[in-house]
Amino acid sequence: MHELPQNLVNGLLLGATYGLIAVGYTIVYGIVQLINFAHGEIFMTGAFGALSVYLGLGSGTSMWIAIPLMLLGAIVTSTVIAVLTERLAYRPLRNAPRLAPLITAIGVSITLQQLVWGFYPSAKSPRVFPSLPGGPFHIGGVLIQSADIFVVVAAVLSTLFLAYFVRATRTGRAMQATAQDPDTAKLMGINTDRVIVIAFALGAGFAGIAGVAWGLRYGEIKFDMGFLTGLYAFTAAVLGGIGNIYGAMLGGLVLGLVQNLTAIYIADIPGMSQFSSQSWSSVWAFVILILVLMVRPQGLLGERVADRA
Amino acid sequence: MTALLEVQDLRVAYGKIEAVKGISFSIEEGQVVTLIGTNGAGKTTTLRTISGLHQPTSGSILFKGERIDGKPAHEIVRMGLAHSPEGRRIFARMTIEENLLLGAFLRRDTPGIQADVERAYELFPILGERRKQAAGTLSGGEQQMLAMGRALMSQPKLLMLDEPSMGLSPIMMQKIMSTIAELREQGMTILLVEQNAQAALSLADQGHVMEVGRISLSGTGADLLHDESVRKAYLGED
Repeated sequence: MHELPQNLVNGLLLGATYGLIAVGYTIVYGIVQLINFAHGEIFMTGAFGALSVYLGLGSGTSMWIAIPLMLLGAIVTSTVIAVLTERLAYRPLRNAPRLAPLITAIGVSITLQQLVWGFYPSAKSPRVFPSLPGGPFHIGGVLIQSADIFVVVAAVLSTLFLAYFVRATRTGRAMQATAQDPDTAKLMGINTDRVIVIAFALGAGFAGIAGVAWGLRYGEIKFDMGFLTGLYAFTAAVLGGIGNIYGAMLGGLVLGLVQNLTAIYIADIPGMSQFSSQSWSSVWAFVILILVLMVRPQGLLGERVADRA
Repeated sequence: MTALLEVQDLRVAYGKIEAVKGISFSIEEGQVVTLIGTNGAGKTTTLRTISGLHQPTSGSILFKGERIDGKPAHEIVRMGLAHSPEGRRIFARMTIEENLLLGAFLRRDTPGIQADVERAYELFPILGERRKQAAGTLSGGEQQMLAMGRALMSQPKLLMLDEPSMGLSPIMMQKIMSTIAELREQGMTILLVEQNAQAALSLADQGHVMEVGRISLSGTGADLLHDESVRKAYLGED
């Protein structure tokens, strides 16, 4: 007997984490048309940044104080690394053929993984991440951990903040203009180089928050945790419509649900039980991606490319 | 008297292809100067280089007596140079009002910006009627009005218009040209790039004919209008 509500909740929680990471892929792609394959590693370094802060605090610190500081540590670490990679790796290739920055991004991804593996203390095996006190709670037959509440609050607040930022601030309008037409944005007096840095920083900040959420939920972090998760988040961004921030969140939620539900319910279909294991869940995630893209190549919330005539 | 804009021996290349091959001209304050010529003559490249979207290979550009070649585009805008680009390039997914406000991106005087938005609506009433509409839904002529209104929002000292009449119906074209005339009456300095030589030369104090990257002929608007070679080449007369 499966518990549908529990699986829905688990799927949405996983999806919200994907969504937080996917936002970074989508913002950067929307502005520089670069798929930043190192973004998964930005998420990973955020988690390690938070762990460093926690280890520096001493054992007596209350989690109520530790969590905000860990979040800050994660956001700062992710943002600094993302801004540095933009400056050192991507900006010199701004006018190069698109394949060059794409391959560079893969290189940055491997470099960051190996740097953490090689230089972060005891990072060659998983490192234990602190957990939140309290819980678990039973709400209507659904088991909810404290970390789950953290994920929901983080995802909702982050999405609201981003929506406000893009719509209502001067920098947000500059980002929209740059995404639509960079040359004309320059003619409006917008410093597009600065907008690109802000896009990387903003995406990195969300990835850092996701890193903390991930650590709290799973209890451990690892140097290569960003690889597959980053790939799923990228899938979520494409699924939702790359370039669209709400699409990234929606794509994340859909993907999280698909992975959770297929892992369990595929077994109920006669003759399909061998396809229900955890390792098949990525297959189903990508099957859904392919199906959606066959019907809607621009993704769920994607827009057709605007005419510039 | 020093010129507001002075272009000296400007050369611009795309890779190995030189699009602008050493041109010089200047614009005095309050003048309307036009560059005319066929497609591929280098007019658009010249404007894009002045506004900082391209870097010249050699030569210099002085605006208000200061070198601006090599400066990033957003700093050139700040100095008071507005450029309404070829093909209008409005932000299609934003509203008309948002487009106008982006034109005032570098200004911080909210009341002044609001007043200028209203002035743009007076200049082009159709924009005011549709202010909350996505700019991509406007007709070509209306988009051109928006592009001009947006360029004016930065309160420029020099307004550069690239092919404002391109692809417009005769009535729309007349409306755009009369607006340019109106701006001239108000004392606006304008650099106008046009393929419609007749309309451009009738408005211009000075005109320059560009041919494959060079200025082949210069004179007052009236002189060029009556020049036989110009009439043959650009005004469709035998």
